[in-house]
Amino acid sequence: MASSGLELLWVSAPQLARGAWQTLSISASSIAFATLGGIAYGVLRQLGKRWLDVPLRIYLELFRAIPVLVWLYLLFFGLPIFTGLSLPSFWCAVLVLSLWGASEVGEVVRGGLQSLPRGQREAGLAIGLSAPQLYGQVLLPQALKRITPPTINVYTRIIKTSSLAVLIGVVEVIKVGQQIIERTYESLLIYGFLFLFFFLLCYPLSAASRVLERRWSHA
Amino acid sequence: MTFDWHFVLATLPAFLKAVGVTLQVGAIAIASSLLVALVNSAILVLRAPLLRPLVKGYVELARNTPLLIQLFFIYFALPAAGIRLSGFASAIIAMTFLGGAYLTEVLRAGVEAVPRAQIESGLAIGLSRWQLLRHVILPQAGILSLPALFANFIFLLKETTVVSAVAVPEILYTTKSYIALYYKTYEMLAVMTALCVLLFLPLSLLLARLERRLQHGQFGA
Repeated sequence: MASSGLELLWVSAPQLARGAWQTLSISASSIAFATLGGIAYGVLRQLGKRWLDVPLRIYLELFRAIPVLVWLYLLFFGLPIFTGLSLPSFWCAVLVLSLWGASEVGEVVRGGLQSLPRGQREAGLAIGLSAPQLYGQVLLPQALKRITPPTINVYTRIIKTSSLAVLIGVVEVIKVGQQIIERTYESLLIYGFLFLFFFLLCYPLSAASRVLERRWSHA
Repeated sequence: MTFDWHFVLATLPAFLKAVGVTLQVGAIAIASSLLVALVNSAILVLRAPLLRPLVKGYVELARNTPLLIQLFFIYFALPAAGIRLSGFASAIIAMTFLGGAYLTEVLRAGVEAVPRAQIESGLAIGLSRWQLLRHVILPQAGILSLPALFANFIFLLKETTVVSAVAVPEILYTTKSYIALYYKTYEMLAVMTALCVLLFLPLSLLLARLERRLQHGQFGA
């Protein structure tokens, strides 16, 4: 049983690897977009302009309140009806995870920037730094220690939530696993593998986040 | 493209039932998660020798894997081991598995956040361990954990949408079945969105208020 199980995993490895690659692609691109979007969100919120704050807060509250799966359905089933365009399910997943992730990272960045002493900003302005210089060279680097640990946690949540892509038909690692189960009935083995797969992706990240949090909380 | 109000009205009873199912799954999962978390955090705080590593392992496993995999494992893989559960039972167990771990962390953090001076003062005036726990640690840890607890309750309630994947007739599953049966995609998506906004947005806003409030409420540190 054990040897046949390992054999099955070995034989299915290329197929599983293709699925895993899809999962990783969705997660990695969403993480990249969420990071960029989140920094933009945090900086824009920090500017304290009312005409920016109102739409950004609405965006935040909508992505906080409405579950990711609902957004996936809205985009996947709704976009073709409302616009006549249809986005491949892979890109639906990336778009939703990026927007949701950006709202999460964004709040972290905003909080990190807000925690800096006022004097930093004022001193930067006083020596005549432009806004990009002020944020790029003074404020963001200092806030980094506060921002990084919780942002890594958002990354693990993006990876975990990317599993929902299977529910709008992306052929990622879970779907591939289900196909193998249909052929071989080895459901325990395959779901055990999937458990391990996600755990091995997320655990190092959350452990790193915890270590950094502890190390930098005294800084 | 016209909006078929009659169809919406006709499906309304089913959707009301679906909201009921969402709330039911959410409430049961939250209650049982809290129970699991209370036991676990007692084990962690009291440093029970054999059980402590077990609880820690469980918390890590549950927090670092997706709910969907936990759910599919229980629903699709356990039958191979002779354990056959309904979609509803699988949903409750999976959500308790996940929620129990999150709430364990919350309660543990709450206990750790009680200032040491509080405990030392309690011991100094001669409180017993039980009195200390009952009158000093728990009331403060409870208040300190409140925003995080509430945030996790909302999180769990939102996660109920995932259990639509094992045919639990909550809001999303109902939406999907009607779309598959009648192709009324436009109307059903509108109903789904409206229900989710009505259900989750007020809670989410309430949480933001609660967090702001309790930020300032502190015991003598």
